[in-house]
Amino acid sequence: MSKEYETVIGLEVHVELATKTKIFCSCSTAFGSAPNTHTCPVCTGMPGSLPVLNKKVVEYALAVGLATGCKINQYSKFDRKNYFYPDNPQNYQISQLYLPLCYDGGIEIETESGSKTVGIHEIHMEEDAGKLVHDDWEEVSFVDYNRSGVPLIEIVSEPDMRSAEEVIAYLEKLRTIIQYLGASDCKMQEGSMRADVNLSVREKGAKAFGTRTEMKNIGSFKAIARAIEAETARQIDLIEAGQPVVQETRRWNDEQGYSYAMRSKEDAQDYRYFPEPDLVPLVISDAYLQRLRDSQPELRDEKLARYISEFELPEYDAQILTSVKKLADLFEAATKLCGKAKKVSNWLMGETMRLMKERDMDPEDLAFSPANLAKLIALTEAGTINGTVAKEVFEQIFDKDLDPEQYVETHGLKTVDDEDALRSAIAKVIQDNPKSVEDYRGGKEKAIGFLVGQTMKAMKGKANPGLVNQILKEMLS
Amino acid sequence: MKLLSLTAVALGKKIRAGEVTAQEAVQASLEAIQQKEEQIHSFVTIDQEGALFRAREVQKKIEAGMLTGPLAGVPVAIKDNLCTKGMLTTCSSKMLNNFIPTYTAEAVLNLEKAGAVIIGKTNMDEFAMGSTTETSAFGVTKNPWNTDYVPGGSSGGSCAAVAAEEVPYALGSDTGGSIRQPSAFCGVTGIKPTYGTVSRFGLIAYGSSLDQIGPVAKDVTDCAAILEAITSYDKKDSTSIQRKDADFTSALVDDVKGMKIGIPRDYLKEGLDSEVKEAVLAAAKVLEEKGAVVEEFDLSLVEYAIPAYYVIAAAEASSNLERFDGVKYGYRAKDYEGLHDMYKKSRSQGFGAEVKRRIMLGSFVLSSGYYDAYYLKALRTKALIKQAFDRAFANYDVILGPAAPTTAPRLGESLSDPLKMYLGDVYTVSVNLAGLPGISLPCGLDKNGLPIGLQMIGDCFQEKKMIRAAYAYEQTRTYQQSPLAEQ
Repeated sequence: MSKEYETVIGLEVHVELATKTKIFCSCSTAFGSAPNTHTCPVCTGMPGSLPVLNKKVVEYALAVGLATGCKINQYSKFDRKNYFYPDNPQNYQISQLYLPLCYDGGIEIETESGSKTVGIHEIHMEEDAGKLVHDDWEEVSFVDYNRSGVPLIEIVSEPDMRSAEEVIAYLEKLRTIIQYLGASDCKMQEGSMRADVNLSVREKGAKAFGTRTEMKNIGSFKAIARAIEAETARQIDLIEAGQPVVQETRRWNDEQGYSYAMRSKEDAQDYRYFPEPDLVPLVISDAYLQRLRDSQPELRDEKLARYISEFELPEYDAQILTSVKKLADLFEAATKLCGKAKKVSNWLMGETMRLMKERDMDPEDLAFSPANLAKLIALTEAGTINGTVAKEVFEQIFDKDLDPEQYVETHGLKTVDDEDALRSAIAKVIQDNPKSVEDYRGGKEKAIGFLVGQTMKAMKGKANPGLVNQILKEMLS
Repeated sequence: MKLLSLTAVALGKKIRAGEVTAQEAVQASLEAIQQKEEQIHSFVTIDQEGALFRAREVQKKIEAGMLTGPLAGVPVAIKDNLCTKGMLTTCSSKMLNNFIPTYTAEAVLNLEKAGAVIIGKTNMDEFAMGSTTETSAFGVTKNPWNTDYVPGGSSGGSCAAVAAEEVPYALGSDTGGSIRQPSAFCGVTGIKPTYGTVSRFGLIAYGSSLDQIGPVAKDVTDCAAILEAITSYDKKDSTSIQRKDADFTSALVDDVKGMKIGIPRDYLKEGLDSEVKEAVLAAAKVLEEKGAVVEEFDLSLVEYAIPAYYVIAAAEASSNLERFDGVKYGYRAKDYEGLHDMYKKSRSQGFGAEVKRRIMLGSFVLSSGYYDAYYLKALRTKALIKQAFDRAFANYDVILGPAAPTTAPRLGESLSDPLKMYLGDVYTVSVNLAGLPGISLPCGLDKNGLPIGLQMIGDCFQEKKMIRAAYAYEQTRTYQQSPLAEQ
């Protein structure tokens, strides 16, 4: 390749907000119910029905806007985007074009090449569409309006990203912020976070942007990275071959590893946007905005700094614990209960991570309660159980969220402090392992470790290892 | 005794006094409909059995003292763009010829709570688009004063039904004059309230920012009582306004001394029929004699009201009517290939010519490249018109003028020249653009014996001043029945 190229990427990220009810009616937003069970005249576009704005949607959208440094349009409006498709029951979507709620923000991202700011052009509120289900055997389609009217925010970035790495860093940062705010669970698999990638290529140093293409609704971070690599290569190939890049919408097929054109700009629809007459303008008072600002939860960067200073955690640990809100919540709740920040951190950084990896889970899937972790730590601190038993019990907590006190009780896992029992077990170990005894007495201090291990084994792991060590030394001297 | 010659309030009084039962009132209404429908066709749906059943229920509640309001037991007809649970609601369109809603419009619910008995649904211009009730997919409605003439529109069915004394009163809707103009043509009284006064929930939208539901009846007293009953703050309609001054019947006072009434000079110019002008000025004279201060003034911007109105109403309509696509309910073409073809054929076959004309007009003014030149300009014009009215209401309590430039045209005269038909809305549309209340009431007959309508306009939320002036004027006249009513 003779010339050097630069990829220019902007993202449109749709996030389903975590409200209990839809944006313009009181139907449930629950995922995975039987088709058309969460519907009413409003979200199925029946004649004479009218939308009523769910205030919680505004609250979440504003929270995201404030957390991403956006300015707020305190006088904001909804607009209708008109297009015909059966998943869209009114054949228009209520969205915001002319006066979006939030605009002109940005977030800081970190990549290997350093940190940079990705600008946010705007954040607006809109309603989701229903879902079409195509019959496998017959020439018919069905439509499920459960998702119709589920609230979305669309976060439109500036074309500030230059690589897949930056895109992923931006998406991860965005996801962390939104999860921290509790505004959405941001699960890409369930579609509660979706990204459209706008990408163009230009010669390095060029001022003007190249012609961009848009890739819609890519299903995972990894797929996004692959799609970006492939689309960059495709556009460079076209430019090198002297062919034009066509402005179009493309669909990325992650299994095949290529994208194909869906529709070109010429087919682009005229959405005939105009102000939604059924909703009154949204006026955000100074007082309301201030209340929201004051009640914004602690976000990741602040939390990270606090974990290091308040709990004296190593930066690496604090990084991991704050990377996902679920972990930070577990950490804080358990620490509050048992007062042992470092112990809690150790359990989360060690066993929790190991089991998550083993079970192929995401932190969001963690189901154990901080109370049970706190109880476990209390049990080990009190010497009621030893470290080995604790790991075994933790696995039960991790999988079934069992009460460790009860579990230890019913399974007889309490550390044995009975000296007589220990002495007789140790006597047998000494008798059965003359070689190690000899080594120890001959000055090989390490040999005692083996003997402790044998004793623990004989005691089915329940012995107090300190006590075992002490008695062994005494009996061998 | 002809029960239906009584006003709604008078009939209600007799029912509450035990002189007449709700069933008798409903029976009388059903008989009148049976007798007159063939001549005027004001109904799309007549719910005989349902009405009699509801009348029995209401009568029981009246006797038990549970219903004591002025409208308890009085039959009513509802314009067919207001949803009625379990009852066909068509908007007089083939598109909705099989649509039975699962909910009732809030305004109608309010009437039902007041003990009103719904007789049926009245004919209208298709989706309320028209000024003659001739664009209905189910046949034209005729004027009870002379069946060669139109009743006006779009609430022509409601107004004709009242004028023919098929029902004592009806509900209509008014987007650009659709209550006031047919009220004028049929010699009855109708009110378009301040935007936001009556909930639009369940009203099948034409121009959402302009639509209001209102009463049609024989006199101002009835209209005030009905409006009082249908007014409510409704959380289901974001444009609904909480009003603490909705005791409209308290304004039924025969006193206009010192009231300032303005007549826009612009309303008396070219295009206004001389007989209509004479009748309106004579009415002004009457009010002056009763002590009002009447003067002419320049309202300005009047010539911009019609273009602004047709751009805004058509734009909103083009979007509001997108939901009628053959997918979920309503008409679907029989033969089609694929989705796009189904949309195209269902909408081509389901909508009539006037509706299609307005959808095309509305789609055009919203399309990219034309939005600023048409739609935005129309919105700015709307704001300027509101300001012109604000200036006027700084000087006047009520504005007075004609409801329409002429009396009712002959059947078939209007649709051939839609532009002329649109121009007939000149005195009514600005009231909708500015969100104001307006009332139309009879003020005489022309040489052909057709009614002339007088319009009074109030400032936003000043229905009471308007009602008071209209009531005072009405006291100087006696209600004139249409020939069909006398049958």
